[in-house]
Amino acid sequence: MIRPSVGWMPIHFRELWSYREILYFLVWRDIKVRYKQTVIGAAWAIFQPVMTMVVFSVFLGGLAKVPSDGIPYPLFAFSALVPWTFFASGLNQSATSLVASSTLLTKVYFPRLLIPMARVVAILPDLALSLGVLLGLILYFGYRPGPLLFLTLPIFTILAFTTALGMGLWLSALYVRYRDVQHLLPFLIQIWLFATPVAYPASLVPESWRLLYALNPMVAVVQGYRWVLLGTSHPGAMAGLSTFAAAAILVTGAFFFRRVERTFADLI
Amino acid sequence: MSDVVVRVAGLGKRYAIGTRRKSAHPMLRDALAELLRSPRSALRGLRDRRGRAEPESRPSHVWALRNVCFEVKRGEVVGIIGPNGAGKSTLLKILSRITEPTEGRAEIHGRVASLLEVGTGFHPELTGHENIYLSGALLGMRKGDIDRNLDEIVAFSGVEKYIDTPVKHYSSGMYVRLAFAVAAHLEPDVLIVDEVLAVGDVAFQRKCLAKMEDVHQHGRTILFVSHNMPAVTRLCQRALLISAGTVQADGPAPQIASTYLLASLRNTAERSWSDPATAPGNHVARLRRVRITDDSGTTVDTVDIRRRVGIEMVFDVLAPGHVLTPSCEVFNESGLCLFVAHDLDPAWRCRPRPVGTFTSTAWLPGNLLAEGSLQGSVRVFSKNPYVVHFRHDGAVAFHVVDSPDGDTARGDWDGPFPGVVRPLLSWTTAFDPLPTALSPNQP
Repeated sequence: MIRPSVGWMPIHFRELWSYREILYFLVWRDIKVRYKQTVIGAAWAIFQPVMTMVVFSVFLGGLAKVPSDGIPYPLFAFSALVPWTFFASGLNQSATSLVASSTLLTKVYFPRLLIPMARVVAILPDLALSLGVLLGLILYFGYRPGPLLFLTLPIFTILAFTTALGMGLWLSALYVRYRDVQHLLPFLIQIWLFATPVAYPASLVPESWRLLYALNPMVAVVQGYRWVLLGTSHPGAMAGLSTFAAAAILVTGAFFFRRVERTFADLI
Repeated sequence: MSDVVVRVAGLGKRYAIGTRRKSAHPMLRDALAELLRSPRSALRGLRDRRGRAEPESRPSHVWALRNVCFEVKRGEVVGIIGPNGAGKSTLLKILSRITEPTEGRAEIHGRVASLLEVGTGFHPELTGHENIYLSGALLGMRKGDIDRNLDEIVAFSGVEKYIDTPVKHYSSGMYVRLAFAVAAHLEPDVLIVDEVLAVGDVAFQRKCLAKMEDVHQHGRTILFVSHNMPAVTRLCQRALLISAGTVQADGPAPQIASTYLLASLRNTAERSWSDPATAPGNHVARLRRVRITDDSGTTVDTVDIRRRVGIEMVFDVLAPGHVLTPSCEVFNESGLCLFVAHDLDPAWRCRPRPVGTFTSTAWLPGNLLAEGSLQGSVRVFSKNPYVVHFRHDGAVAFHVVDSPDGDTARGDWDGPFPGVVRPLLSWTTAFDPLPTALSPNQP
């Protein structure tokens, strides 16, 4: 049954499920293609956060003497850069996904939600690789995280995933109509980096601002990673607020996406 | 009821024209800039814009489709024909769920596969093998189906040797063959095919059509957009003529195809220029009129294959003293030049022409042209030095119809009859009664 849709549309989970193979193939394609024709290949997944860590350590940890909650600065930065890089590339990839897939949008039908979703999922292997490096670094510095990390790390990763996908849905749908998004995006990611305790500890943020600060789900993600891996203070109530914010971004993003989805093929 | 697989009722699709690209993308920026400059009027402007978006009152909207209704039964092969921009592709896109209708509804029962481009989802960096899976999945195949058909798909494509090479290194022919091999192994209940599939060489097109016939043999329903009338008449029992966004005619394919061809030719059996400024020509000769004429001098757009037909051009000679040669060319539907003919009229062949109006008619004998639509181009040139004074390509068009009476080249055969010309040949027969060399059944 094909008819004009009016107003807000529900999200058809059953339909999404029936198209899961397309999600699988889109993810598989993205992973296969990402490092084709590069010299160091998948090592880029590690190289990026590692180089950022080196830069941060030299300039912020070394020269500016930014405090790091008593943790060696490189480790302090890297433990945050691993989830951050996942989030930033997930957001970047999903936000640009629809416009990059314009030929698919105009030639074949499948639930459009799968396009940004596949892009974020496809970043997960990169996360796994850099997580491996992070664990090595942690052990090298003599930290021994408890077995709890197998339970808690995925939870905080899901939180980062949710935020990246939610923002990705918003921005990718906006990008179809407003090409301004491509100029806005790098800026947004940069600001978001400063609003997240990647290069500095969250303890620097004044108490009165904490509540607002916690609305950024990446605060809880980074705090959570450090808590699980390095034994810093746990994010506590902030995590609850962050989870709520992430869920709100995802749900509103999905509904907004569904609402404007019908115009994609005509506008792109 | 149960054997209707496609039901379309009151379907319409409205597009914003022109303003779309211009205003859609920079709108955010413009809106923000305006907001900074004068917040109040900008907000008023936004409100106004919303108010003006009423569908009927804005002339910048166009209905690509309006009030389209039809039904297709299981196993039918329906050709969708019509001029460019008539809304055929929009209809296919709506039926494929790529874009939504503005009004009306459509129902499709069963699995739908749409082939609107060659190589849907192909990624240049992936190998042929990988692209089979990617494209197959996007076109609606299950991974299990692809696994099962993989060898067959690879064999069908004929690119076994390069199956592990990224398709960006493929020649366009290999690419198309691989893409089609995937498409050919879809097993949908309803197949929607756009004419973009008709790219590629003749052999490939033939393979496409053969495969579509094969699909039809399996009782599948096909909707097929094409400009290729012979393909439509051969493949489809039924055709829809879509023009200006609505279904203008619906019926047996051959009938609808000829309706369409005639309709599209009607205005061009005669062409004249009232204003000399716009007429083709130079200071020596200028075209006034071109038309297709029959024996009686009447302008005609449809000609019986057995009758002779004239391509008549009327032109003014504006400067004396030039030896001029009128010439005409005839092209068929696929743009093939059937022949060129120069005017050999002995009266003017080598003689400089005086100022005045000339009418030259090239007579094409009966039983020469094949049936179909044809275009005539006219030209007047001088040889020494070679100067083309005017030429007008596709100046006139006409339609040749074959006769069922049995006295043309096809005789009593009423099936497809290929060939770019259809001469009525004289046949001779030699008969040698040697019964020992023949089987008893033959005369």
